[in-house]
Amino acid sequence: MKFTMSWLKEHLETKHKDTQIIDKLTDVGLEVESFENISSDLDNFKVAKIINAEQHPNADRLKVCDVDIGQQNIVKVVCGAPNAKKDLLTVYAGPGSVIPKNNMKLTISKIRGVTSYGMLCSESELKLSDESEGITELKPSKYSDKIGNNFFKNNTEKVVDLSITPNRPDCLGVRGIARDLAAAGAGKLKNISHKIVKKDGSQNIKVSIIKDKNQGCTIFGSCLIKGVTNKESPKWLKEKIESLGQKPISAIVDITNFVMLDLNRPLHAYDADKIDKEIIVRNSKKGETFEALDNKEYKLDDGMCVISDQSGVLGLGGVIGGTRSGTELKTKNILLESAYFIPRSIRKTSKLLNIDTDAKFRFERGIDPQSIEIGLIKASQLISEICGGKISKFDIQKIKQYKNSEIKFNISLFEKITGFKVKENEIIKILNDLGFKISKKKSELNLKVPFWRPDISQQIDIVEEIVRIKGYDNIETIEPKKNRIKDTLNKQQKLFHFLQRSVASKGYFETVTWSFTDSKINNLFKENLNEIKIINPISSDLDVLRNSIFSNLTFYLKKNLDRGFKDISLFEIGPIFKNKQPGQQLTVIGAIKSGKISRLNWNEKDRSVDIFDVKKDLIQTLMEAGYDKQSFFIRDKSPTYYHPGKSGSVYLDKDDIDPVAYFGELHPNIVKKLDIRTEGVVGFEIYLDYLKDTKIKLKDQKPNFEYSDYQKSERDFAFIVDKNFKAQDLIDIISSIDKNLIRSIKIFDIYEGENIPDGKKSIALNVTIQSSEKTLEDSDLEKINKLIVTTVETKSGAKIRS
Amino acid sequence: MSDIKKIRDVYLVKLNNSLDTESVNQIKTELFGKNGQISNSFKTLGSLPNDERKKFASDLNSIKEELQKKINSKLQEIEIREINSKLDNEKLDVTLPEREIKQGKIHPVSQVIDEISSIFSEIGFSVEEGPDVENEHYNFSALNTPDNHPARDMHDTFYLDNNKEILLRTHTSPVQVRTMLNGKPPFKIIAPGRTYRSDSDQTHSPMFHQVEGLHIDKDINMGHLKGCLNYFIKSFFEVDKIKMRFRPSHFPFTEPSAEVDIGYELKDGKIVIGEGDKWLEILGCGMVHPNVLKNVNVNPNKYQGYAFGIGIDRLGMLKYGINDLRAFFETDYRWLNHFGFDPLDVPSNYRGLSR
Repeated sequence: MKFTMSWLKEHLETKHKDTQIIDKLTDVGLEVESFENISSDLDNFKVAKIINAEQHPNADRLKVCDVDIGQQNIVKVVCGAPNAKKDLLTVYAGPGSVIPKNNMKLTISKIRGVTSYGMLCSESELKLSDESEGITELKPSKYSDKIGNNFFKNNTEKVVDLSITPNRPDCLGVRGIARDLAAAGAGKLKNISHKIVKKDGSQNIKVSIIKDKNQGCTIFGSCLIKGVTNKESPKWLKEKIESLGQKPISAIVDITNFVMLDLNRPLHAYDADKIDKEIIVRNSKKGETFEALDNKEYKLDDGMCVISDQSGVLGLGGVIGGTRSGTELKTKNILLESAYFIPRSIRKTSKLLNIDTDAKFRFERGIDPQSIEIGLIKASQLISEICGGKISKFDIQKIKQYKNSEIKFNISLFEKITGFKVKENEIIKILNDLGFKISKKKSELNLKVPFWRPDISQQIDIVEEIVRIKGYDNIETIEPKKNRIKDTLNKQQKLFHFLQRSVASKGYFETVTWSFTDSKINNLFKENLNEIKIINPISSDLDVLRNSIFSNLTFYLKKNLDRGFKDISLFEIGPIFKNKQPGQQLTVIGAIKSGKISRLNWNEKDRSVDIFDVKKDLIQTLMEAGYDKQSFFIRDKSPTYYHPGKSGSVYLDKDDIDPVAYFGELHPNIVKKLDIRTEGVVGFEIYLDYLKDTKIKLKDQKPNFEYSDYQKSERDFAFIVDKNFKAQDLIDIISSIDKNLIRSIKIFDIYEGENIPDGKKSIALNVTIQSSEKTLEDSDLEKINKLIVTTVETKSGAKIRS
Repeated sequence: MSDIKKIRDVYLVKLNNSLDTESVNQIKTELFGKNGQISNSFKTLGSLPNDERKKFASDLNSIKEELQKKINSKLQEIEIREINSKLDNEKLDVTLPEREIKQGKIHPVSQVIDEISSIFSEIGFSVEEGPDVENEHYNFSALNTPDNHPARDMHDTFYLDNNKEILLRTHTSPVQVRTMLNGKPPFKIIAPGRTYRSDSDQTHSPMFHQVEGLHIDKDINMGHLKGCLNYFIKSFFEVDKIKMRFRPSHFPFTEPSAEVDIGYELKDGKIVIGEGDKWLEILGCGMVHPNVLKNVNVNPNKYQGYAFGIGIDRLGMLKYGINDLRAFFETDYRWLNHFGFDPLDVPSNYRGLSR
């Protein structure tokens, strides 16, 4: 909402300075976006100095001038004036300027092969005089220190731009703003003064509001103004319209706009001669069409509120008028409309047709239903003053009576909500100034809410009115108490924070990417989950919710590789979506690693990242989070976006149904499809929702501290097993032989090839044996060794390698 | 007697010479070997008369001890000398780089969420979360923003179905609704999380982060709201004093509503939060609207309180001098490295929020 201070003062009698008014506006909740001069076309004309003038290489009568236009900018301008010479002070117009004399818009152009940036102007071009012989010569005494300044004074008045919240339609008119300021003590609201309009004859175009279902119009006021001469608006009106950055159109249109901005009372003017016999306000029928003032043809649905005549639709009530009945300069007779449209109806129609107009914006928020007449009075009077014409009697059709809503306000509620007291008589004064009608009953105020405040319907609204006018500064600051009744984080949240930092501590950069992604990439990772489309995506490559974190991670991996980074470790912790209902999401860590380990390192041989790098990071993370590695179980099943032979899943326990994590190499086909060029891409995913919530705290899970000082023995074994035999199973078999004696098992070699039969491999392992009761004798050790060999051989079909 | 003294003197002189291990061992043999001079002297003991024997034995023992000690110290001396001479050849260029370091980083948004949680934890708030996908009811209607409310236009909503029933939450306020529906007052929660609006430019991104705050009890008024936010802002920006301005505003789910500005000044092109004469809008807040309380079955005549919503990314930008919001979500390795935090740098009350 824009207005000038002088306009405001037509409604507000005030001695406050502009800056005080600006502060006051902010204080009462009318946020000031800006308070500045509207930039004018004339700002492009600068005082300038020719610092060098040379003959144009290709034209005898032209010169090429170097022109100082201020702020250390020198531009080249081609000029034909005989008086253009070094050191002349003159007026320069930059590209984009419009020359006042001929309304020509300047562009950067080549004149006979030399580029000219703008133009030096003659007095006649600037409409200063008729002198057109040479360029303007400015007196050095007056202008030598003004190089770069605007040549023309900006005469526009400063404009206040307010951002009005949707609950305050009354402040979409200057008067409403003045009322708030007056209530807040920034002056006195002036009475609206208007001469008594002489009314001539009756409004003889019949108006009827059809009582359709959900009729969007409840009041339709109108008058005829006959014998007008539509023309350019007078200067004062033009300036008002222009000061708001709008273009004046014609007196009649400008007057209706002015009344709308002044009183928040939208009006519409019809060319009365183009109306076919009568005005019928009714619901539209599906398929009806009309051409609106924005020159677009709209096809209507059922039930939209239209203003029509016998031939069809004239306009969409409260939204936009139609071209068929629009006023023109030659319009002689006007039908002026001042109506009330129901916000819900306006909103529905404009949404469906996607139309946004000033009128729609206002009706949608709620217009004062009692401003019908004042709107007609003010506009018709201005029209007859400026355009002449005779004003008819007003015709006001109503299908609904509006009554002030009433609120019983318990004064004590104010202090209860705001924490501070305001005296009763001050409360009454504030509400009175805002337009409430008040009667007092003990500690209660009976309030009649002014019609222009559709936002006020209950006691709390009254509290807000008082506190914002009184000032939020009066609210005291109560220091918060430092007591806690509940843990800040629950277990799952603690786990989230722990895992996040645990993964990062292994050299991964945490990233945060969109929860949506490109469906084409998502398809590579979505497995059997449903694709979740966004109906109105921000762009076509962010069109679905992500089914996996890998879609975005791989996308950004590639971007960073393209930036020239080689060894990248990234992770994200966040939601993935299984389906589109609220809650059908999982919290997942996705981590990805690419390139090499120890690239270009003087003392270690480099190698590509492999799955055992990510497996280590994954297992260590789970261990750090408090899960027992001894019971982890690895399966070689994993989603299809992993390399089928180089990936696996981790279960917290062998008997668990759901894996808590996957790890592996990214499927080579996907790497190829995404055009990821690097030595290797491996990654892992942890599903936080599947990580069991341990009921017992970690500190209570620990067994007693027991240890053995008896001698340890180590024995090496090598077993020949089937190639597909899993190391985990071998360890499982051995460790279950004697949990008391077998302390640890380490695999130190895997071998295939010479001396090993085809389809077999050798697993070499080291077993630590220790008793907690005694030092083991050779015979004890021999016994356990034998047991290990026979058990492994019988259970696994392995053969000990001699 | 003089014999053994002579042996001692001779060998002590020998042992004072510069020797290697081998020659010391040779001396050892000469003295204490099977036919060593000391060993042999012991053998003569038996042939001595009783009165001499005792004295001789004592002398011999002390000489033996002296020589042994000398030999041991000589051996040690040689060993140390040998190690030292070896060390001279083992000199490494310690300025060569260490083995590969891979320092991970925590994203600024995560760090800021941890900072916020730490601050609110101190004054008794707990953390609640809700789903990113919401239905229209929790995101709008329950929050006193019915379908025909123009305030809905201020939220450019992403929808997942054509009926506009299912959407990506436009704020974290639905967590308020869910929390109150699932519990009984009092409520004292913050709800950080991802939020979505279909808007994208320098200062808007289609996804961003918000933290919602809610405190409902019997007597919580606007003074408590001011106090809470004043405490939070001061703690977050780690300054002793802060200039704060509450401006009346409008949100459908709070009434009275306010927007909060904080004072700042520009120093060398950087924003310094505190006492400057410029204002920066940082959050919206207000007293929870009675209609919202009714919608979640809380009696507004008995309970009241405040709610607020703060942009997490924006707070991070202000505190850590980050200019472009969109960069938060672009996964530029250089950016993550520059603005990210060490994983061990966990914000906490007693160690301080930031280093």
